[in-house]
Amino acid sequence: MLKRYFENLSWVDIFLRVFQIAAIAVIIIGVYNTVVAAKYTSAQWGTLVFAGLAQGSVYALIALGYTLVYGIMLMINFAHGEVYMAGAFTAVFLAQYLSNIGFLDSNPFLGVVALIMLAATVSTLVAVLLERIAYRPLRGAPRLVPLITAIGASFALQYTFRGLYGAEFRAYPTVPALNPLVKVNVFGFEVPLVQLVVLGAAIVLMIVLWLFVERTKMGKAMRAVSEDKDTARLMGIDIDRVIVTTFAIGGALAGAAGVFNGLFRPQGVYFFMGFFPGLKAFTAAVLGGIGNLPGAMIGGLLLGVIESLFPNLILEGLGIPSANQLRDAFAFTMLVLILIFRPQGIFGEKLAETKA
Amino acid sequence: MAIVLKADRVTKRFGGLVAVNSFSFEIKEGAIDSIIGPNGAGKTTLFNCITGFYTPDEGDINFLGHHLQGSTPDRVTHFGIARTYQNIRLFSNMTAIENILVGQHPHFKTFWIEAIVRTKRVQDEEAAALEEARRLLNYVGLKGLGDHLARNLPYGAQRRLEIARALASKPKLLLLDEPTAGMNPNESADLMHFIRNVRDELGIAVLMIEHDMRVVMGISENISVMDFGQKIAEGTPKEIQRNPQVIEAYLGRGAAAGFETQSAASAD
Amino acid sequence: MKMNWRTIAQNGLLGGIVAFYLSAIGLAETFSGRYLIGTFLSTGQLFVTVGAIMAGILTARTLKEQENERTAYISSLLSGMVSSLPLIFLIFLIQILVVPQINQEVVFRWRDMFINFSPTLVNLMTFGQGLAIGIPLLILASVILAGIGSALVLLPDRWRVSLLNAFIWTLGMGLFSENVTQILNQFGAKFIIRFLFQARSLNPLAAALIFVGAFAVAYFRVHISAQNRWAGMSPSQQKRGRTIGLGAGILLLLVLPWMVGQFLSQALFLVGLYVMMGLGLNIVVGYAGLLDLGYVAFFALGAYTMGIFTSTGPLGIGNLNFWTTLPIAVLIGLMAGVILGFPVLRMRGDYLAIVTLGFGEIIRIVATSDWLAPFEGGPQGILHIPNASFFGNLMEKPQEMYYLVVAGSLLIAFVTIRLKDSRLGRQWMAMREDEDVAEAMGINLVQTKLLAFSVGAGFSALAGAIFAARVGNIFPHSFNLIVSLNALALIIVGGMGSIPGVIVGSLILVGMPELLREFSEYRLLMYGILLIIMMLFKPEGFLPEETRKRELRGGAEASTEEDLATVEA
Repeated sequence: MLKRYFENLSWVDIFLRVFQIAAIAVIIIGVYNTVVAAKYTSAQWGTLVFAGLAQGSVYALIALGYTLVYGIMLMINFAHGEVYMAGAFTAVFLAQYLSNIGFLDSNPFLGVVALIMLAATVSTLVAVLLERIAYRPLRGAPRLVPLITAIGASFALQYTFRGLYGAEFRAYPTVPALNPLVKVNVFGFEVPLVQLVVLGAAIVLMIVLWLFVERTKMGKAMRAVSEDKDTARLMGIDIDRVIVTTFAIGGALAGAAGVFNGLFRPQGVYFFMGFFPGLKAFTAAVLGGIGNLPGAMIGGLLLGVIESLFPNLILEGLGIPSANQLRDAFAFTMLVLILIFRPQGIFGEKLAETKA
Repeated sequence: MAIVLKADRVTKRFGGLVAVNSFSFEIKEGAIDSIIGPNGAGKTTLFNCITGFYTPDEGDINFLGHHLQGSTPDRVTHFGIARTYQNIRLFSNMTAIENILVGQHPHFKTFWIEAIVRTKRVQDEEAAALEEARRLLNYVGLKGLGDHLARNLPYGAQRRLEIARALASKPKLLLLDEPTAGMNPNESADLMHFIRNVRDELGIAVLMIEHDMRVVMGISENISVMDFGQKIAEGTPKEIQRNPQVIEAYLGRGAAAGFETQSAASAD
Repeated sequence: MKMNWRTIAQNGLLGGIVAFYLSAIGLAETFSGRYLIGTFLSTGQLFVTVGAIMAGILTARTLKEQENERTAYISSLLSGMVSSLPLIFLIFLIQILVVPQINQEVVFRWRDMFINFSPTLVNLMTFGQGLAIGIPLLILASVILAGIGSALVLLPDRWRVSLLNAFIWTLGMGLFSENVTQILNQFGAKFIIRFLFQARSLNPLAAALIFVGAFAVAYFRVHISAQNRWAGMSPSQQKRGRTIGLGAGILLLLVLPWMVGQFLSQALFLVGLYVMMGLGLNIVVGYAGLLDLGYVAFFALGAYTMGIFTSTGPLGIGNLNFWTTLPIAVLIGLMAGVILGFPVLRMRGDYLAIVTLGFGEIIRIVATSDWLAPFEGGPQGILHIPNASFFGNLMEKPQEMYYLVVAGSLLIAFVTIRLKDSRLGRQWMAMREDEDVAEAMGINLVQTKLLAFSVGAGFSALAGAIFAARVGNIFPHSFNLIVSLNALALIIVGGMGSIPGVIVGSLILVGMPELLREFSEYRLLMYGILLIIMMLFKPEGFLPEETRKRELRGGAEASTEEDLATVEA
C-alpha cells in the first residue's frame, strides 16, 4: 500500500505537501509563542471571540446568499457584496431619521425591525434586478462570461450608489439600548449586548431559512433544482421562479446583515463597503462547503472568530509587526489555503469529476 | 506470441461500489480483442484504469514492462497506448488537422524556446508533422477536410477523426470505446475492415469495447465478458456465443435455458 | 391604424428609466456646465435627453419591418412622449420632497440621501423655464428627440448614414475638444483653435460647418468612390498601395507622440503598457484558458524589482541601470509565475479565479503593511527611481518612453504569434478545450500550465519595470485589483485570443478614460456597464479570433456539401 502511494507521488504532490506542513508549522509556532508570552488576558481573548462571533454572523448571512446561488446555478455571484451594500447603505438614512426623532430610544426593537425591513427590501430588489438583467440572458454561456458580467455589475452597482447617495462615509447611529457599554455576563465574560443580539438574530434567520428549505414546497423545489436542473424542469418546476426566489432570499439575508453590521461597528457605511465582506463571506461559504446551508452559517461564524483571534494569536507570536494591518490578508490567505487543500470545505462533498 | 498488456486482478472502488472487481486478462501482440458486457458493467472504468485516468485500488497493469497503475495519463500515452471515447471528445474548436497535430504530441522533440526563434529544426519538424497529419487524414478517409472545425464535421467523420488522432501518437495498443455507436450496418462493416487494416499494416494491437455483436464476433480474436465488474467468461467468439452465463447476463436466465436447448438441438 | 401600444410603452419607459437613472446618479447635473456646442448644449442635457433618443431608436427598430413607415414614426414619437414620464415623475419627486425642505430645519433631509435631487436638476430638465412651461417643453423635446432617433433608423440608408456621421463628428469634436486642442497646439495652429473652440465647447458656427461637412462626405459617398477606385486598380498597383499604406502607418506610429503633445503621449504610454499586459494575460486566459484575476501581482513584482535595484534613494541596492535590471525583472516575473502557479495547478474555473485574486490581494496588503517596509518602503513606496537612459540620453519625456512600450509590445506580440502556431500553442489550446483529453494526448499538464503562467508573468513584469522607470516613484496601493480587472476586461472587450483585439480593447478601456479625464468620477461606472453590455450582446469582443467567435456564439456552420462529397463512404 505504501509502495503504491509513493509510486503515485508527483512533484506537485510533494510541493503541496511541503507547503501544507509549512503552513501548519507556522500556525503552531505562532500560537505557541503567543500563549507562552501571555500578553493578553483571558478576558481579552473572550472579547475577541465574541466580537468575532458577531462579525461572523454578518459573514454567515451574506455567505448564505452565495451558497444558495451557487447551489442552484453553479455560479459565483461576484456582485453579492454589492447587494449587501445596497441594503446597508439605504437603511442608514432611515436609521439616522429614526435616531433623530428619538424612535430608536423609545422603541429600539421596532426601530431595528423597520431598518431590517427596508434594507432587506432594497437588497432583494437589487438582487432580483441583477438576476433578471445581467444573469438570466447568459444562462447557457461558458463560465467566463457570467463571471465578467458579475464583475461589471459589481462596479456598476458600487458607482450607482456612489452617484445616488454620495461618496461620504455615513455612520449608523447607536441604538441607545444597544450601545457598546451595555454588557451581559456570559460564562463569566462581559459581552456587549449588541453582539449577542446580532448573533441571536442571525441564528433565528438561519433557522427560518432552514425550515423554509426543508419544509415548504418552494424549498423543496429549490433543492430539486440544485440537484438536477433538467429533471426538475421535467417534473414541472418553474426554474425561473425558483432562481428568482433564490436570489431574493439571498438578497433579503444580505440586507439584514447590512443592518446588523451597522449596529455593532462604528465605522461608517459607504459605497465600497461590500467588496471585502463579500469576498470574506465567499470564503466562509467555501469553508463550510459551497452549496451547503448549515456549512455557510458555521463557516461564517468560524471565519469571524478566526479573523478576530488569529492575527493576534499567530502573527504576533511569529514576531510579525502590525498584525492588525494584515487582518484582511489573513482572511485571503485562509481562502487560498482552503481552496488549495480542501476545496470541498468542512461539509461539502467532493464534486465528482466526469471522466471519459 | 508476446504479451503487450497484462492486467492482474485489477480492482477499482468508488465508495461502496466496486466498479471493477479483480479483473484479469491479457492482450497478445497484434491481437484484436474485445470486452463486452451489459451497460454499467464497468468496461469504460476498466479503460480508464488502463489509461491512467483512474488509479486502481488493487491489482497490477503491465504494458511492455511499464507499470500503468499510478501513472498519469500523459505517461501512459508516452508508453504507447492511445484511445477513443464513448461520447466523441474531439477538440471541438480546433480544426481537424490541429486535432491530429495534438495527437502527435509525444513525437515532437523541439522546445518552446526554439519555436519562438523558429530554428530550422522547428520548421522541419512542423513541416514533417503536417505532412504526417495529412497522411493520417487520408488514411481514415477524410481527405481535404483538414481545415474544417472538428465540431462542424458530420458524426461519422468525427469518429474517424478521433481514430486518426489516436493513431497520430503511433501507439502499440489502441483502445476503442464503442467505435461503432451510432453507425449503420454499412459503416460498421467498413469500420471492421479498417480495424483489420490498422492491425495488419501497422502492427497495432486493438482492444474494443463494443455492443454491436456482428462487429465483435466478426473481428475479435479473444473476447472477455464483464458483468458487475467481474469477468464472467473469456474465449473465442464461438465459445462466447455458446456460454450460458454470457447469455444469462445479457438476456436473463430464461433465455439462457432456451439457448442451451437450441444449441443442443443444432449440435445434433 | 393599428398601434403596437406595448412596444411603444415598453421602449418609452425603458428610455425614461435610463434618463431617470442618469439624472439620479448625478451625471446630468455634474456636467450641466460642460458645454459641447456654444453655450446652449451641455453634456448634462445630453444625458437627460438620451432616454428619449433611445426610446425612439428602439421603437423604430422593432417596428421597422412590421409596420409601414408612417406608423413607425408616429409610434416612435409616442415612445418619446412616454419616455418623458419618468423624468416628470422625478421632477415631482424633487418638488414634493426636496424643495419644501430648503432653508428649513428638518429631522430628515431628503437631499442628504439623494444628493442629486436638487432644484438645479429640475432647472436642467425644464430648460430653466419653470414648471408650467418647462414640463410641456420637456415633453415636446422628448417627442422631437425620439423623432430624431427614429430618423436615424428609418431614413433611407444614405440619409441615415450621413446623419449619423454628422452627429458623431459634431458631438465628438465637442466631447474631445481638449484633446483636439492639445494636438492642434503641437502644430502651432492657434488660429484654428480659436475658430473651433471657445473654452472647451465647440463654437456654433464651427459646429454647423462640421455637421454639414461630415454629412456631405457621407452623403456624396466619398469613401465609396474611393473604394471603387481601389477596386479598379490593377493588383500590382494595389500591392504598391498597400506597401505605401503600411509605410505610412509605421511612420505615423513613430511620429505620433510628437504630434499629440505631452499629455496625450502619457496616455499613449499607458495604453501601450496595458497592451503589453493584455498580450501577456491573453496567453494565460485566452490560449491556456486559466482565469487569472491576480495578474497585477507580477506587474508589481516587476516594478518593485526595477525600484529596488535602480533607486538612488535609501531603499535602492546595487544601483544598477535600467537596461541591466530589465532582464532581471523579467526573470523574477518568470519565476514568480511558476511559484504562484504551482498551488493552483489542480484548480479549475471559478475557483482558480478566486484564488489568483486572493494572491494578488495578499501581495498588495503585505506590501502596504509595515512588515516588509524596511525592504520595500511599505505604504511610502520606493522613491527616486531614475528614468531610463538611451545612449546617454535621459528619457524623461513621456514621448520617449512611448517608444519603449511600443518596442515592448512588438516584442511580446512577436513571441505570442510564434508560440501560438507552435506545439506549445496547440498544447495550450487543447488544454483549454478539454483538459482531460489533452492529458491523454501525452501533454504534461503541469508543465503546460506553469509555462502559461510563467510566460504571462514575465510579460507583466516587463511592463511593470518600464512603468517604474517612467513614474519614478511607486506606491503599493496603485498595484490593486483594478489593474488586474482592467487587463482582463480589455482582452475580453477587444476580443480574446486576438492581438489586434488587445490593442482595440486597450484603446477603448484605457485610452478613452484618459482622453475623457473629466469623467473620471464615473469612469468605473461606465466600465461596469460596458462590461455588462458587451457580455450580453457581443461576448466575443470587437475583434475576436475566429475560433473564439464560434465558441462563444455556438455558431452552426455546417460543412458544405461539396467538401463532404470528397469523403470516402
